Amino acid sequence: MDVDFKPAAPARNPETAPFWDAARDGRLLIKRCNACGEAFFYPRALCPFCLSATSWLEASGEGTIYSYTAVPTRDGAYIVALVTLAEGPTMMTNILAPDPQAVAIGQAVRVRFIPTTGDDALPVFVPA
Amino acid sequence: MSLRGAAHIVGIHEYPDRKIEGKTLAQLHAEVARAALDDAGLTKADVDAYFTDSVAPGLGPMSMIDYLGLDVRHAESTDTGGASYLMHVSHAAQAIRAGKCDVALITFAGMPRSGQGTPLPTMSSTPESSFELPYRVTVPAQYALAARRHMHEFGTTPEQLAWIKVAASHHAQHNPHAMLREVVTVADVVNSRMVADPLHLLDCCVVSDGAGAIIVARPEIARSLKRPGVRLRGAGEAVKTLKGGRVDLTTTAAARSGPIAFAEAGVTPADIKYASIYDSFTITVLLQLEDLGFCAKGRGGAFVADGNLISGIGKLPFNTDGGGLCNNHPNNRGGATKIFEAVRQLRGEAHPAVQVANCDLALVQATGAMLTTRHSSATLVLEAV
Ligand SMILES: [Zn+2]
Repeated sequence: MDVDFKPAAPARNPETAPFWDAARDGRLLIKRCNACGEAFFYPRALCPFCLSATSWLEASGEGTIYSYTAVPTRDGAYIVALVTLAEGPTMMTNILAPDPQAVAIGQAVRVRFIPTTGDDALPVFVPA
Repeated sequence: MSLRGAAHIVGIHEYPDRKIEGKTLAQLHAEVARAALDDAGLTKADVDAYFTDSVAPGLGPMSMIDYLGLDVRHAESTDTGGASYLMHVSHAAQAIRAGKCDVALITFAGMPRSGQGTPLPTMSSTPESSFELPYRVTVPAQYALAARRHMHEFGTTPEQLAWIKVAASHHAQHNPHAMLREVVTVADVVNSRMVADPLHLLDCCVVSDGAGAIIVARPEIARSLKRPGVRLRGAGEAVKTLKGGRVDLTTTAAARSGPIAFAEAGVTPADIKYASIYDSFTITVLLQLEDLGFCAKGRGGAFVADGNLISGIGKLPFNTDGGGLCNNHPNNRGGATKIFEAVRQLRGEAHPAVQVANCDLALVQATGAMLTTRHSSATLVLEAV
């Protein structure tokens, strides 16, 4: 990540407050449908596959890089990526890597939480 | 209800300037409406349907209907980003075939370079915003993610992508209104500065002000007009999202809208003489060409290489006005300009250096919004009559 960057604080709402509460504790939550059993991301109250009720599921925090891009900044570059979680869903994120050149599709990564401009923490990923 | 032959595009107007000063958005809507009606040989009194996007001043189409002094019985402001205007043509044809209107006016205007109109869709109020915005997903980054994945799965190279810009620049040199008229090489593209790896500055479209209008009319009315006829033969639409995290970045919604349009038109990609393909970035073109069936999935790199998209040289002449990559990209929405150049080609009114011989069947393809997260697609098949 570029030097000293703090991501914008997420906007909390009743649907996602438990996600951000868990993030403060260093836990990554995703959602799973009570009816069809599908895990999904980003979290929402009803299942995007069948519109049934859902429950929170604590993810392992492990995943692999589906795709990534290094975006240059004045200080260097930051990496935007899509990471496929071990539980199935793929999520947008940043990769914190000491060497951006070493980042690759298929690479194993692990979640880490970083401070934002507000009180909440943001899940990003680092090489496993 | 098939749209085959349901309506004709009888008038177009593209505002010539790429930076516009000293005018309001509403005024631009009115100027291009007047010019497109003149092109068609119709008057404002003939218009009984109006379509515009969410960038137009006011609530939906209401303020512009007032400002333009229209008296309509059908109004719509479908907004799916750059593909909106293709959907407007398709929806106008639906309304005409259903007997709800006879002559539809479509207008748009935007001045991102002059600070009027919405420069980019804001994501701050959307349900997904907190799971995307903090990661600084720039617009080029959205397309770079798809490009990187395509390279990984199919071995596509930056040089192959660069050929798309090279082809556009070959066409833009003949367009006096184009922002970038200099012919570029593959080396120029891959040596330009990186914007979002693997996309370089010259893999990106230009940013321009712009405005335009399209007149869609009932066939009986179209036949009474003097301009060369352009008939709608088929249309398709689709929207693709992240699908709860089942991500597939190597296929766009064109894989769904294209077959719908081809089936309705009763033609195949091999029949198309000219293609307008939305070109926000080089990768956008490559993905849509594959999804429309101009080549197999994964073979887009080989298909676009070696000038295959250059008029007079390649098998599939595309974006002969220079496209978004070199000509213009009004308000960061490139769909309408794709319709304009296809209509010019079918009328035989493209620049002589890029006019496709015997151009009787053309395809217009646009995607809208953001490729990775959620995007729309619209496909039109148009024929000369
Ligand atoms: Zn479900």
